[in-house]
Amino acid sequence: MANVLPMRTPAETALIERFKAEQSSLPGAVEARAEAFARFEKSGLPSRRVEAYHYTDLRNLMREAAPAITARPEPRAPEKHHLLIENGVYLGGDAPEGILVLPLAEALREGRVALGAAMGAASDIVVDLNTALCRDGIYVRVDTVVEAPLFIGFAETLGNAASVMPRVVVEVAAGAALTLVELHAGPDGIAYQKNAVVELILGDGAKVEHIRINEGGDKALMLSTLAVKLGAEAELMSLGLVSGGEVSRHQVFVTYAGENAKIDLRGATMIKGRQHADNTLVVDHAVPNGVSRELFRNVIDDEAQGVFQGRIIVRPHAQKTDGQMASNAVLLSDGAGMANKPELEIFADDVVCAHGATSGALDENQLFYLMARGLPRSEAEALLVEAFLGETLDAVSNDGLREVLAERISRWLEARAR
Amino acid sequence: MLEIRNLHVEIDGKKILNGLDLVIRPGEVAAIMGPNGSGKSTLSYVIAGKEDYEITEGDILLNGQSILEMEANERAAAGIFLAFQYPLEIPGVATMTFLKAAMNAQRKARGESELSPGDFMKAVRGAAEKLGINPDMLKRPLNVGFSGGEKKRMEILQMSLLDPAYCILDETDSGLDIDALRIVAEGVNALRGAGRGMLVITHYQRLLDHIVPDVVHIMAKGRIVKSGGKELALELEKNGYADYVEAA
Repeated sequence: MANVLPMRTPAETALIERFKAEQSSLPGAVEARAEAFARFEKSGLPSRRVEAYHYTDLRNLMREAAPAITARPEPRAPEKHHLLIENGVYLGGDAPEGILVLPLAEALREGRVALGAAMGAASDIVVDLNTALCRDGIYVRVDTVVEAPLFIGFAETLGNAASVMPRVVVEVAAGAALTLVELHAGPDGIAYQKNAVVELILGDGAKVEHIRINEGGDKALMLSTLAVKLGAEAELMSLGLVSGGEVSRHQVFVTYAGENAKIDLRGATMIKGRQHADNTLVVDHAVPNGVSRELFRNVIDDEAQGVFQGRIIVRPHAQKTDGQMASNAVLLSDGAGMANKPELEIFADDVVCAHGATSGALDENQLFYLMARGLPRSEAEALLVEAFLGETLDAVSNDGLREVLAERISRWLEARAR
Repeated sequence: MLEIRNLHVEIDGKKILNGLDLVIRPGEVAAIMGPNGSGKSTLSYVIAGKEDYEITEGDILLNGQSILEMEANERAAAGIFLAFQYPLEIPGVATMTFLKAAMNAQRKARGESELSPGDFMKAVRGAAEKLGINPDMLKRPLNVGFSGGEKKRMEILQMSLLDPAYCILDETDSGLDIDALRIVAEGVNALRGAGRGMLVITHYQRLLDHIVPDVVHIMAKGRIVKSGGKELALELEKNGYADYVEAA
C-alpha cells in the first residue's frame, strides 16, 4: 500500500501549529510530548479507515480545531471534597484527608509524574494529542484507605468555542482505596472541544471506585479517556454515565500489570436528538488470572447513534483469564441506531471469555402488562428504561452516589416525557 | 355491565373472533370454557386493550360506553383488570415500586390524589398477608424468579389492590398445583360480590370447583356456542368439547 497521507485538514494544521507555538512554554514531560506529537503529525486525526475510529470518524467530525483558551478563570471557594478544573486549569479545592493533591503543571515541571504511565501497550491519537498539548490538571496521590468520595469537577464556562485538554493522574498506592467522581459540565449551544485524559495507577491490592458523569453542552465534542494500570489483586469499578455532548467518545484502556486483578467497567448512556455517543474499551490481559466484567447499557432516542466497541486481549501466557462483556441497547425510536462491536483476541488456551450484544425496542409485552395495570405508555417506558439502566448502578457501593446517579437517569426520562 | 357485541377480531389477517356476543353483569361470575385455539386468550387481550389485534366489526361496552378507542391504561383506570395467564417478568423493577406506580397512575387518571406512603404500605401489607405472600417477595423485581403459584398470587394481589369493577382471569389455573390453586381461588372468592363482575376463562372444569360460576359460556371457533348454569361445566367435563366444535 502506498504510504500517501491525505491532505491535512484545517484542524490538523491548526493543532500542529499550536504545538509548535506552545511547545517551549508547556510544563515538563518534554520527551513524552515530543513523541506523542510526532505520532500525531505522522498519522493525523483518525478517520473511519482507522478501525478503532470506524464509527466515530474524528477527522470528519473535527474539521476545525477550536483555539486554546488563554484567559485564566477566576478562583472560587472550593466545595468540601471537591477539586475544580475550569477551562482546563486547576483552580484548587478541598480533598478528604489522606489525599495529596498538586496542580499537574507543577508536578510535571518538578518531574514527579510521567504522562502515559497507565497506557501500557496501548496507543491512541486522542491521548497523544492530550499528552502533547495538556497544560494543566491534577496530580492525586492516595496512600491510605479513604472512605469519603473525592469529586473532580471539570467545568467549562466558555463564551465561545474553545479547546480544553485537561489531564488528571491518580496514583493509588498498594493497599489504599479511593472513590473518585468526575463531573463534566459545560454550556449548551457552544461548539467547544474537550479532550480529557484520566490516568489511574493502582498499586497491589488497591481498590478504586470511579464514576464519570458526562453532562457536557449540547454542541460539545467530548473526547475522554480513562487509562488504567492494575497492580496485583487491584480492583477497579468504573461507571460512566453519558447524557451530554453532541458527539462523545469515552475510551477506557486497561492493562493488567499484576495477577488476580479485577475490573468491572460499566456504562449507562442516554442520548437523544442527533447525539452520537461512543464507548470504546481495550482491556489487555497481559498477565494470568485477571478478571474483567463489562456491562454497557444504552438508551437511544430520536435520531441519536450509539457505539460500543469492546476489545478484550488475552496474551499468550495470560492463562485463567475470566472475561465477560455485555452491551445492550434499547432503541426508543425508528431513527435511533446502535453499532455494537465486541472483539475477543485470545492467545491463551485456558481462559473463560464471553460477550453478548443486543439492541432492540422495549419489549411490547412488558409494556402492555404495565399499561394493563394503569400506567400510561410514557410512564411504562420510563419504568422499563430506568430498570434497564439502573442495573449498571448496582456496582456503586456508596448509597448517596447511587441515588445521585439514579436521579440523573430519572431526570433524563422526565425531560423526555415532557 | 360489560357487554361484547358481535365482535370480529383478526390478527395478521387470520380470523380469531367471529361474531362473539357476551354480557357480564355487575356482581356476576361468568365462566368461559373452550378448547385450545377457540380464541379465549384473544378475547381477554382484546378486552384489556392489547394493540396487536384488528377489530373488524362489533363493539365492547363498559356501562354503555364503547372502550375500543381507549388505551390499555385508560381501560384499567375505568375498572377493567386482566389477570394474565403468563404474568410478565419485569427485571429491575421492585414489586413495591410497580404496585405504587400502578395504584397512583389509576388514582391520577380518576382525578384522585396519590396515596400517602403510610396508606400504601398498609394496603399492600394487609392484602399480601391474606394471600400468604411473604413481604420479602415484594422487594424483589416483579415476578422475576417467582414460581408459577407466586406469579398467580401476585396477580390476585394486584387485583385486590386495584379494586377493579370487572376482572378477567385468563387460565388462572394453568401451572398451579392443587394447593396453589386453592389459595388463588380463595383470593378470587374474597373479591366476589360488591357489584364486581368476573370473567373466568378456563380450559378445565377443576378451577370451577373452587370458583363456582353463576353462568357458564362455551366458546368454540371464536364465538359463544352455548350458555347455561354451572352444571354446564360438569356436562362438558364428561362429554368433552367435540360436539360443540363440530356444531360451531
